[in-house]
Amino acid sequence: MDRRKIEENIFKSLMLASTFIILSSLVIILITVIVNGLPAMNLAMITQTPKGGYYLGKEGGILNAIIGSLYLAGGATFLAILISLPVVLYLNVYAKKGSRLVIFTRFSFDVLWGVPSIVYGAFGFTIMLFLGVRASLLGGIIAVSLLILPIMSRAMDEVIRMIPEELLDASYALGATRFETALKVVTRQAMPGILTAVLIAFGRGIGDAASVIFTAGFSDYIPYSLLRPAATLPLAIFFQLGTPFPEVQNRAYASAFILTVIILIISIVSRILTRRFTKHIVK
Amino acid sequence: MELRTHISVQNLNVFYGNEQALKNITLDIPDKNITVIIGPSGCGKTTLLKSFNRLIDSIDGVKVSGKVLVDGENIFDPKVEVTRIRKKMGLLSQKPYPLPMSIYDNIAYGPRIHGIKDKKRLDEIVEHYLKESGLWNEIKDRLHSPASRLSVGQQQRLCLARGLAVEPEIILGDEPTSALDPKSSQRIEHRFLVLKKQYTIVIVTHILRQAKRLANYVVFLYLGELIEHGPAEDVFNNPKEEMTKEYIKGIIS
Repeated sequence: MDRRKIEENIFKSLMLASTFIILSSLVIILITVIVNGLPAMNLAMITQTPKGGYYLGKEGGILNAIIGSLYLAGGATFLAILISLPVVLYLNVYAKKGSRLVIFTRFSFDVLWGVPSIVYGAFGFTIMLFLGVRASLLGGIIAVSLLILPIMSRAMDEVIRMIPEELLDASYALGATRFETALKVVTRQAMPGILTAVLIAFGRGIGDAASVIFTAGFSDYIPYSLLRPAATLPLAIFFQLGTPFPEVQNRAYASAFILTVIILIISIVSRILTRRFTKHIVK
Repeated sequence: MELRTHISVQNLNVFYGNEQALKNITLDIPDKNITVIIGPSGCGKTTLLKSFNRLIDSIDGVKVSGKVLVDGENIFDPKVEVTRIRKKMGLLSQKPYPLPMSIYDNIAYGPRIHGIKDKKRLDEIVEHYLKESGLWNEIKDRLHSPASRLSVGQQQRLCLARGLAVEPEIILGDEPTSALDPKSSQRIEHRFLVLKKQYTIVIVTHILRQAKRLANYVVFLYLGELIEHGPAEDVFNNPKEEMTKEYIKGIIS
């Protein structure tokens, strides 16, 4: 066999090995969560809030954390969309390409992306002190939206940048303003990518523990007000795993399983939505 | 042949950064005729065309001096509303770019932007301009399917219909048949010959035979300079400039 063919085979096997590592880590995580969590899994887990002594092994469930996490991630995602979409539309439709503002904004996405989530937690906490808000659902939403803002903006920016200039020109040539073009052409063309960006941000937001630890607090009740503390799944997992009781630790795995299923459902729904929005895309 | 002027270019200079793309162009484009801009690649044909609807505005580092008068109004006057100028002109680009929506919505996009909301009126507009661009019979049963599923040739006729639907006076074509197969090109050319009765048409092309088939008036550019312009028969049969002669014979390209 000649040298080039050997080379080809070596690199092909290395790439296959890497692919295998990705796939197997997903499978192993799922297996760990299912094997450890299944014994503790029951209907009460997802339909009840913790009763007294839940963390000592008594009855109850983590409905408070499921609802809390959905509220929190949902609210933070909504807030982040309200800020991300205008930013990326400004960068790609209004701002002069290659201007300092554009370059600096993209650079700050990258920096903010790399900031650890505990820093967002601490920063959110300072904002809350300033606003006079206590650890609450609102505080958590603010901190998590700060955390996912750069993730969402960067993902949206990446897809909107790919839109050919000529498509925008086609709209301008008909007498459309930049705003009409941004709203009716750019967002439609980028819709699958925008949905993906929203999903990635939601997934990151619902799974983060460090940013909510000071800001959202924790509560055994389902939050009924933005100004009340809210439980979250990552913290519920953390608290349950931290107890010395094996049956409570198993509940932590069951909670992790629930979190994974939530993310899975959202991924599937967004895939279906993406497919629906792809049909109008111009290639 | 007495020609009425529709677009009048006066001392137009366009710079991209330090590079001068158009050098002091002065030129009158006749009303309700097909004007063809010819010249080798990179000679400024597209720049000249895009300065008519001010699409060059969005290019970075562009500087324009001089005037372009459309119906006697200088479109580079800062007080001019650019969307109103663009509404006067339909544009066909090299490759058709349908908007990411249905066939119907593509045509209705312009009229809707300019304030037409009545459903029945929009239906009429869509049907009328799809007929005008010779696409109606092929697609009348699937008006609400995505425009991106049409063939490239159909997409270009859709873009023509979309441009006509804002009721322009002028049609600009930037090598509008270069992405199309011969049959589709022929269809588009045929449309131009029909439409010139109602519209002023300006086409950029690098296909000399196409220029000869379509042109009433010819503009020859070379490296950003206007070398020669005049009625088609004069420029093609008795070019005054040596450079035009060489280009038409195929010596420079």
